[in-house]
Amino acid sequence: MDPTAAKYIGAGIACIGMGGAGVGVGIIFGNYLAAALRNPSAAQGQFGNLIFGFAITEALGIFSLLIALLLLFGL
Amino acid sequence: MQVDPIHQFAINNLMQLGTVRGHQLHFTNSALVMFIIVGSVSALLIGATAPRAVVPGRLQSIAELSYEFVANTVRSTAGNEGMRFFPFVFTLFMFVLFANLIGLIPYSFTVTSQLIVTATLALLVFFIVVIYGFWRNGLHFLNLFVPKGVPKLILPAIVVIEVLSFLSRPVSHSVRLFANMLAGHITLQVFAGFIILLAGAGVLGWFGAVLPFAMVVMLTALELLVAFLQAYVFAILTCIYLNDAIHPGH
Repeated sequence: MDPTAAKYIGAGIACIGMGGAGVGVGIIFGNYLAAALRNPSAAQGQFGNLIFGFAITEALGIFSLLIALLLLFGL
Repeated sequence: MQVDPIHQFAINNLMQLGTVRGHQLHFTNSALVMFIIVGSVSALLIGATAPRAVVPGRLQSIAELSYEFVANTVRSTAGNEGMRFFPFVFTLFMFVLFANLIGLIPYSFTVTSQLIVTATLALLVFFIVVIYGFWRNGLHFLNLFVPKGVPKLILPAIVVIEVLSFLSRPVSHSVRLFANMLAGHITLQVFAGFIILLAGAGVLGWFGAVLPFAMVVMLTALELLVAFLQAYVFAILTCIYLNDAIHPGH
């Protein structure tokens, strides 16, 4: 296979990993919203935890995006 | 016309400062923007709070709000003992926030889209956590890697995982900010490139170019949110890591 074509295919495959992060971030914000609607007074106190969970989950998606960017522009 | 989306991250030499052992020292556009960031943060925090009005004006409100926002974050995540690190966390937050916001101005330069900058900040946090943790707790700091209430059988595996996750912290801490900024600015550039492509296609293209233009406007608004959110995430993760150094027992 042409190495350039393989590089682009690899970058595309690497981006699939972002889908998992998308599901995870959706679950985090969805559950936060559901819980916040049940108990709005407690929602503000959990905002830090929300952002922390979001950051941890998002990092994994960002890693796969980084691999794609490295394949496209870096290596 | 194909626009190179990576071109905006190029570092240009503005002025040569001299040579050290054969390595050339340059004053780059990255350094220039960093000076602008430090200058504007100082102007906001020193200049706006100088009148010390009882009823704050707009700028003084911004300065006071950002101060209290970060102070509350540090106090709620790292406790009252963590407040000794408040100047450090506040500096990090304001630097990253202004770097992200200044990077949103067209034709300016995003300092936080350079991995070397974010890695330096993340490694600074990492080494402060390690050094302060050992200085304050001695070898009790190693309790961080031994969670309580874990069966003896799987404890070695858990310790290995804890150590690995601790060591990967500076990587994820720096790459998160870097990749968010990089990806956001590439997206903006790609959609801006669509405008030029469509507008160059004739009169019908001008009407088509409205769509990517609206997209760029909305993406810019999203990037404004991301700029603030990532600065906040950077600060709150710093607090959580510092909390481990202050209270290493799980």
